[in-house]
Amino acid sequence: MAGMGDDDRGAGAAGPAATTILSSRPRTAVLGAGHTGPVLARVALAAGYPVSIAASGDPAKIALITDVLAPGAQARWAADAVADAGIVVLAIPLHRFPDLDPALLAGKLVVDTMNYWPPVDGVQAMFDDPAYGSSEIVQRRLARSTVVKTLNHIGYHELEDDRRPAGAPDRRALGVAGDDPAAVRAVADLIDRVGYDAVRLDSLRAGRLLQPGSPVFGVPLGRTEFTRALARTHHTDRGSS
Amino acid sequence: MTSAPSADPVRPAAFPLVLGLDTFGDVTHDADDRPVSHARTIRDIVEQGVLAEQVGVDFFGIGEHHTDDFPLSAADVVLGAIAARTRRIRLGSAVTVLSSDDPVRVFQRYSTLDAVSGGRAEVILGRGSSVDSFPLFGYDLADYEQLFEEKAQLFAELRKGGPVTWKGTMRAPLHEQDVVPHTESGPFPAWIGVGGNPQSVIRAARYDYALMLAIIGGSPARFAPFSRLFHQARTQLGRDPLPIGVHSPGHVAATDEQAREEFFPRYQEVIRRVARTRGFAVPTRESFLREVGPHGALYVGSPETVARKIAANLPLLGANRFEMKYGMGGLSHGALMSAIELYGTRVIPRVRELLS
Repeated sequence: MAGMGDDDRGAGAAGPAATTILSSRPRTAVLGAGHTGPVLARVALAAGYPVSIAASGDPAKIALITDVLAPGAQARWAADAVADAGIVVLAIPLHRFPDLDPALLAGKLVVDTMNYWPPVDGVQAMFDDPAYGSSEIVQRRLARSTVVKTLNHIGYHELEDDRRPAGAPDRRALGVAGDDPAAVRAVADLIDRVGYDAVRLDSLRAGRLLQPGSPVFGVPLGRTEFTRALARTHHTDRGSS
Repeated sequence: MTSAPSADPVRPAAFPLVLGLDTFGDVTHDADDRPVSHARTIRDIVEQGVLAEQVGVDFFGIGEHHTDDFPLSAADVVLGAIAARTRRIRLGSAVTVLSSDDPVRVFQRYSTLDAVSGGRAEVILGRGSSVDSFPLFGYDLADYEQLFEEKAQLFAELRKGGPVTWKGTMRAPLHEQDVVPHTESGPFPAWIGVGGNPQSVIRAARYDYALMLAIIGGSPARFAPFSRLFHQARTQLGRDPLPIGVHSPGHVAATDEQAREEFFPRYQEVIRRVARTRGFAVPTRESFLREVGPHGALYVGSPETVARKIAANLPLLGANRFEMKYGMGGLSHGALMSAIELYGTRVIPRVRELLS
């Protein structure tokens, strides 16, 4: 259960060191301008992050979408958006992922918001392996990037409405899973500033607990209920070792 | 925290107010709460369409589905039967799953409906939230975007009338092809249903489709930016504005309480059944009440409650049309007939009054 406990930077815990961390808001590149991309761009902007947004191809094609749906974000070519980003958020449908060049994301912190959900998206050979979580497979392919899994288990349509300030009694929790503690911390900060309690999971393998079918998938839960639901799943998950 | 990028209402629509009903053909239950047959469900829908006209509903739409719970796979045939017994009500799909259909056949079926009904046909094209038609007709879900893009483009060409020349990757090309029957009085109205993808909004604007916002959960206000996007895209293209509609689920009964008590258990059960394959959370009473409230997507209540909610949301979304998706698997045909009657005789006049 290590790593699934309380976030160490909870409400009221911000000391001088934490304040320094709080002041850093790395440029965030959102890849994808479909259902999720513009919403992610909007909430990241509202949380004070500079945001670039890119789709496949010419940024002129998403200029109007960006202006209207995420004013303040910069529509750019994907390579440019990634180049100066501290955090890259993948907001593309999973079946487009195999087309994404891993070299584009080399050396970057990559947030994987995608899900493998065959009933809706069809069976995909790359992801059709029950031994691994979809983000583990994403990490394997993006071998030179650092992958963190989050935001996959909240509907894009809820992401904006469900935000609450830190300490609000009805604040919703989101899981943040990754193998690299510094990367997980940076993404947990983003999640917290956007308006959710970040519940950290200490590996991408543990991130399987956030996948479709999990009791936290698509369900609004506060930190305590969220942690408890994960613990229950963890203990009854006979497939994990 | 603030929500939408800017909360100002979209500019008011210059189109006439249209208040319609949609059904997905949910199988109804008999007095002993047993599901009736598919055939009976379909015959009942014809009666529901006929009643909709009698009580003053402007539009009646049928959404294509292919499952045991929703057996309406050939909506146009049912619409043809309703057309034969009505004179005024407009009839259409809500939605036609264009990606797994042939645009030429869709055009032929709905231009035939247009002929049968004396010019009352419409289509709403989209994916819907179900995907059953993809494996059924041998399509790969991974090709969804490409299928829809190409077919929406081809359908836009077909709608114009006249010989069509078209080439794509998902269907055989057409060369100077005359597609019949020709429509009597120009293209019938065609919409694209959008559930949250801004690229679909741009596509609708580009191919001259009206925009139908499918709002089935969460705050309707979050769709207002899509209406602005649609208007601005039309302006950028140098084209005239097109109508915007809203499609949302609902149920009307004599009182708020009765409507909720009839609807909630059925709604919960239907979502519970599809939750596993669709990734929805099963609604709780609390989440249901949120959806029924002013900031939710469900229009469930007394005629006054439902009318007020429609009248509040249409201007907010710059929309001139509302289609209430009535019915929910397990409700009785009688409850649906009663909901249709209340919608036509009480909700529609009240919305018109509130918006005049």
